[in-house]
Amino acid sequence: MLTSLLGKKIGMTQVTDGQGRVVPVTVLQAGPCEVLQVKTSQRDGYEAVQLGFDEKKAKNTTRPLEGHFAAAGVAPKRFVREVPGDGAEHEPSEAVTVEIFNDVHFVDVIGTSKGKGFAGVMKRWGFAGHKATHGASGKRVLGSIGMSAWPSRVLRGKKMPGQMGNRRVMVKGLEVIKVDRERNLLLVKGAVPGHNGSYVQIKRSVERRKARNKRH
Amino acid sequence: MNRIINDIEKEYLRDDRPQFDIGDLVDVHVRIVEGEKERIQIFSGTVIARKGSGMRETFTVRRMVQGEGVERVFPVNAPSVADIKVRRRAKVRRSKLYFLRGRRGKSARLKERRGHSASGSAQA
Repeated sequence: MLTSLLGKKIGMTQVTDGQGRVVPVTVLQAGPCEVLQVKTSQRDGYEAVQLGFDEKKAKNTTRPLEGHFAAAGVAPKRFVREVPGDGAEHEPSEAVTVEIFNDVHFVDVIGTSKGKGFAGVMKRWGFAGHKATHGASGKRVLGSIGMSAWPSRVLRGKKMPGQMGNRRVMVKGLEVIKVDRERNLLLVKGAVPGHNGSYVQIKRSVERRKARNKRH
Repeated sequence: MNRIINDIEKEYLRDDRPQFDIGDLVDVHVRIVEGEKERIQIFSGTVIARKGSGMRETFTVRRMVQGEGVERVFPVNAPSVADIKVRRRAKVRRSKLYFLRGRRGKSARLKERRGHSASGSAQA
């Protein structure tokens, strides 16, 4: 049984849980995925399964990839990722659906966060900034970036301006509110990285985390 | 995209909500859970705003409590709102009655809209 699935973020809304509360949820299109390739320890040195999600036209597929999809006997896919799984248990063109989350209470979601561009320290790291008046020279700049003669350099990892967002982010331990098998939808409690329509990888949360969350 | 979200919200929408509008005097029956027990508390006041759509729609009720203005925001489709009763309808010309916040007493009155039943079945 696979523990991961590929999908797409649809958007957020609110639903009611069974206990009379209104909860914020993110709607995820979760699969259906198809197995493109299996990796086995004999041939590849490790066990894994390559999944593909969201069909695309053959004319938008490069020749090498076309061959790869043809070898699996499936239509070209837009989003392809390798996930952990027993290679012997699966074979190419096999379908994987949201049903793998049927009895799962918590999932982790991996996505690409919204890009914020080149951001300053106030936005990127939450620095306080400086006075707007009283003769201050900079309002949103960072202050000192280190000491003097020792160590005569800036410490590694110093928080400075730079690219913010548009990187891989994993949100852990999101509660599964609903699994919709008919429409291949998954409703998880809370926010998920990325724009609406961006691709995400969903995986079963580790049991330890699940147990801890259950207590609350 | 939005179509999917609309479909999902549709499953959770409540069809037992009466038609109520901005300016109406309403009794909101709120479900309150105290430990094991559950009881209904009534919050009555004027609807001064409705915003959002679908499952995310909320309305704001304002009332005066001991000379102090109190406002509560309720999700229209929340299970914790057991019932909404319209007691009096009003004639208003705007969708947000925030100007009531600066008023009290006589100047905070709204003109009543007659000819409609106050049971909540009247048209908008």
